[in-house]
Amino acid sequence: MHKKDIGLATLVVAVGAIVAMVNPRFLSPINLANTANLIGLFGLFSIAEAFVIVTAGIELSVGSVIALIGVIFVDLIASFGVPWPIALVIVLALSLVIGLTHGWLITRLKLQPFVVTLCGLLIYRGVARFYTKDGTAGFSFGSDFPMLEFLVSGRTAGIPHSVMAFAIVAVAAWFLLHRTVFGRHLYAVGKNVEAARYSGINTDRVIIQAYILCAFLTGISAVFFAMYTRSVQPSSHGNFYELYAIAAAVLGGFSLRGGEGSIIGVVLGVVLLQMLQNLVNLLGIPSSLNFAVMGSVILIGVIADTQFARYRDGRRQMIAMAAIGDQPRAAAKQS
Amino acid sequence: MAAHQKRPISLELSGITKVYPGAVALNSVSLSIRGGEVVGLIGENGAGKSTLMKVLTGAVAPDEGRIVIDGEDVRDLTPARVNRCGIALVHQELNPFANLDVTANVLLGREMRKGPFGFLDRKAMEEKVAPILELLDTRFGPSSSVADLSLADQQLLEIARALSIDLRLLILDEPTSSLTISETRRLLEVIGRLRDQGVAVLLITHRLAEIEAVADRVVALRDGCNAGELDRDQIGKDAMVRLMIGRDVSQFYERGDHAPGKVLLALKGVKTQAYPDQTVDLEVCGGEICCLAGLVGAGRTELARVIFGIDPIAGGAFEIDDKRLEGSSVPEAIRAGICLVPEDRKVEGLFLDFAITENIVIPSHSLLSKRGFVDAPAGSALAEKSRARLKIKASSLDRAVAELSGGNQQKVVLAKWLAMNPKVIILDEPTRGIDVGAKAEVYHLMQELAAKGVALLVISSDMEEVIGISDRVAVMSRGRVTGILHRGALTEENILQLAVE
Repeated sequence: MHKKDIGLATLVVAVGAIVAMVNPRFLSPINLANTANLIGLFGLFSIAEAFVIVTAGIELSVGSVIALIGVIFVDLIASFGVPWPIALVIVLALSLVIGLTHGWLITRLKLQPFVVTLCGLLIYRGVARFYTKDGTAGFSFGSDFPMLEFLVSGRTAGIPHSVMAFAIVAVAAWFLLHRTVFGRHLYAVGKNVEAARYSGINTDRVIIQAYILCAFLTGISAVFFAMYTRSVQPSSHGNFYELYAIAAAVLGGFSLRGGEGSIIGVVLGVVLLQMLQNLVNLLGIPSSLNFAVMGSVILIGVIADTQFARYRDGRRQMIAMAAIGDQPRAAAKQS
Repeated sequence: MAAHQKRPISLELSGITKVYPGAVALNSVSLSIRGGEVVGLIGENGAGKSTLMKVLTGAVAPDEGRIVIDGEDVRDLTPARVNRCGIALVHQELNPFANLDVTANVLLGREMRKGPFGFLDRKAMEEKVAPILELLDTRFGPSSSVADLSLADQQLLEIARALSIDLRLLILDEPTSSLTISETRRLLEVIGRLRDQGVAVLLITHRLAEIEAVADRVVALRDGCNAGELDRDQIGKDAMVRLMIGRDVSQFYERGDHAPGKVLLALKGVKTQAYPDQTVDLEVCGGEICCLAGLVGAGRTELARVIFGIDPIAGGAFEIDDKRLEGSSVPEAIRAGICLVPEDRKVEGLFLDFAITENIVIPSHSLLSKRGFVDAPAGSALAEKSRARLKIKASSLDRAVAELSGGNQQKVVLAKWLAMNPKVIILDEPTRGIDVGAKAEVYHLMQELAAKGVALLVISSDMEEVIGISDRVAVMSRGRVTGILHRGALTEENILQLAVE
């Protein structure tokens, strides 16, 4: 575990303790289960975003993709009566196409990730709204999908399946990012794409794969969200979720400059953000302040990150100065 | 500072220390100069000359040390204050303002005005500039446009600018790099005349012949420290080189005697995008050190990048150990057995924030990995082996590469590629900006590799180095190979002649 992660974990525990003391309802099984469910839901696409941020890119269309995929998925099974496994495959395939498109535009046409995914944000939500004629896509009265609902929104031993899915994805993501060659390549590309090219890494392929992976996980997350809300209103469904994901990633040590961060950090970041939201509710603070809370947390996280970077540079300077203290006249004596 | 007449300057720098993260630029350096003397400042690239000048002219504040001008201890030197003391620096890198004319450039910041509204007094300004240009015997006049000036003229323009103030100390940083022989002679005459007028001149140059011609004293820097001084009667090329590198030239550049093996790198009609009309044909054998010499802009780095696959090839093909390649894929080039130690190691060669181990292991990951998973113990073992083999000086291999000195950073880049056991290594300016000790180790390593049968293609702009280490030299000019020289026929003149064709 990195030092940053330990600090974050301590913070999470501290905040949790404070919230529990302030309002013991925090620890009630219902509240915990709800919060856990939300952690699972939000965590899925936060990990997705992290994979893109580590390459020094950004994916701003997460929320819109959740809206679009959600709308299409619900419509497929509710209106067209497509069996849900097939609908699932279709929307996941669509997610892959979206990811591939983003990656291709960024690497082949050399467009900036911010621009490409910003356009995605606008386009996908617009398409979703057009698709439902700015209405709501939902399940018609009486339609029932017991198997699907159990899988996605159910619980086993009181633990929501969303949390289990999140846990599985988190573990897989941890191995992928921290233990595989692909993960090392992701870090290298994010840290210094020039040096990565010179080292023989196929930087275009790595970047495209990162965007595909992100879109895929976002697609899965979209399905979970669609079943959770049971109706998708494209104009507002998933609004600003990308910012949430970025906040969690940044808290998790993923500098927007790329090349840094840990999965454990993202997970802790999601937990912290969800706890703060819960805190806002339990303390009776108007939920309109939700965004203010989130924004402040991101800001504090980024300030901490830059201060840490400055501290690190200061230490390097000190090491360099100490080094010449050890070899003062020895070098001059050689001549 | 009180207004001073044109009395001779007395300047003393003592104990100047400047440290950057990962590098000691200056370590307790001293330098003194008086009006009426010409001092030559010599030292290799990276010895600290530029940093010392930045400290002297107030561009950079030293971490320790004193600057005494005319007996007064000066703190917080700024470029403006330095100018007021009558000190002018003619830079190595020229940045004239192309939208202004010669007079405006020369008197920038010191324009003369007339009348109640402070309009520019063009006539007075031109009258001030004209005699200076005449003194330098320039081809251009006070009202010439700067945009049309050649590099040599731009250099003279910079010198004119320095001469337009009440000059007491003139610092010249590589002033003759673009000048012709007659222009150089003219400049040396001007320096002599300034000296006779009581001006102090500090001449920084690699052209030791010029120092021999005009200097009263020589001060040498090496690896950021004082490396000795020479008086007028001691000044000679061999003595100066010995101070610069700290040992005898013959020992410094090792040369082995290894019989060249088969051709491992064969370029056949290779065209780069920078010079699409020129083709390059070249062969390098195993066990051979072939230097690619030439002036900046000759197309050497472009060629290296095309071979390695970074830039797309514009035509032709090449063979690595008889395997034909048509370029544009770095992984393919690496698989074929070639690797490139790039020119800009900080941007292209290293991940500065990553650990030393990580930097060394990055290209080898796929070789070491088990079914896609990183083999951390194997990576650490490889890094340890590299550290021992290349004598990398680091407190721990887990520390970031940014903390290492330039020489050790270059060793990490080398280690990275040596771990892949390449057949052909291209090195682009491998000893630029590294200390003398590390340079010697790099040369030794090159000899070792050649003895093992590796083909080495070294791009270098350091004539001493090229002559010292090569078995063969291919000289490039404007995108094509103008000539190939063998060991016995290597002189600076021969190489330069081919380089300017």
